[in-house]
Amino acid sequence: MAEPMKIRASMSGDTADVKCLMNHPMETGLRKDAKTGAVVPAHHITNVTATVNGATVLDAQWGGGISKNPYLAFKVKGAKKGDKVVVNWVDNTGDKNTAEAAIG
Amino acid sequence: MNILRRNVLKGAGAASAVSVAMVAGLLKPGTVFAAEWNKAVFESKDLGSVMGSVGGAGAAAGDINVKAPDIAENGAVVPVEITSNIAGTDTIIIIGEKNTQPMLAEFKLSNGAQGYISTRIKMGATSNVRALVKAGGKTYTAAKEVKVTIGGCGG
Repeated sequence: MAEPMKIRASMSGDTADVKCLMNHPMETGLRKDAKTGAVVPAHHITNVTATVNGATVLDAQWGGGISKNPYLAFKVKGAKKGDKVVVNWVDNTGDKNTAEAAIG
Repeated sequence: MNILRRNVLKGAGAASAVSVAMVAGLLKPGTVFAAEWNKAVFESKDLGSVMGSVGGAGAAAGDINVKAPDIAENGAVVPVEITSNIAGTDTIIIIGEKNTQPMLAEFKLSNGAQGYISTRIKMGATSNVRALVKAGGKTYTAAKEVKVTIGGCGG
């Protein structure tokens, strides 16, 4: 299993701010190793989903153009304090990770 | 502390996945699993074909704010914040116009998610960061130029 990801969710007015930080190399498959000259194979997150209390709020597809150790923030209107936010990702090798937090 | 925490997280994750599947299954079958990754678009190296396959650029809109630095010293990490004030925004697409693979990310928003995404992208060269926003079946766009002094795509 991949390294844990950090997630934080807080209310700001009637909107929940969700921020998360994932641990991932995000290799595009285009980069060459500086020493050997060999192409570093693609290894990046392809799908990210987020739910609040079980309802999907975000369904994203990513390419290798997202930076290493990706940061993602989004806002959800109508969420309440204590609601459970879950973020999942899957990468192109089938590796996956999930994290959850209660909105504070 | 770490081992315990991981076990707790793992257990909680598995339990929540089940409940998510159940709730989503009841409300909207088929939304449980993310859409298949669109390999053709993400690996395309031609901006024109990427724009075509995401539905064209659409109309320029002042209601979309693309916040990014004027000058990025490190193209590997360029913070980008996209805010759409268009009512009914359901999709935000981020494109790096001069990147080898221009298509960076597509975010589908639902169930109260606001037209706001903040993330960090790689940029190979100075170019526009373009945001495409879909709302009510229409496409809108806005862009912001970012000058890159060191490329982030193996350059």
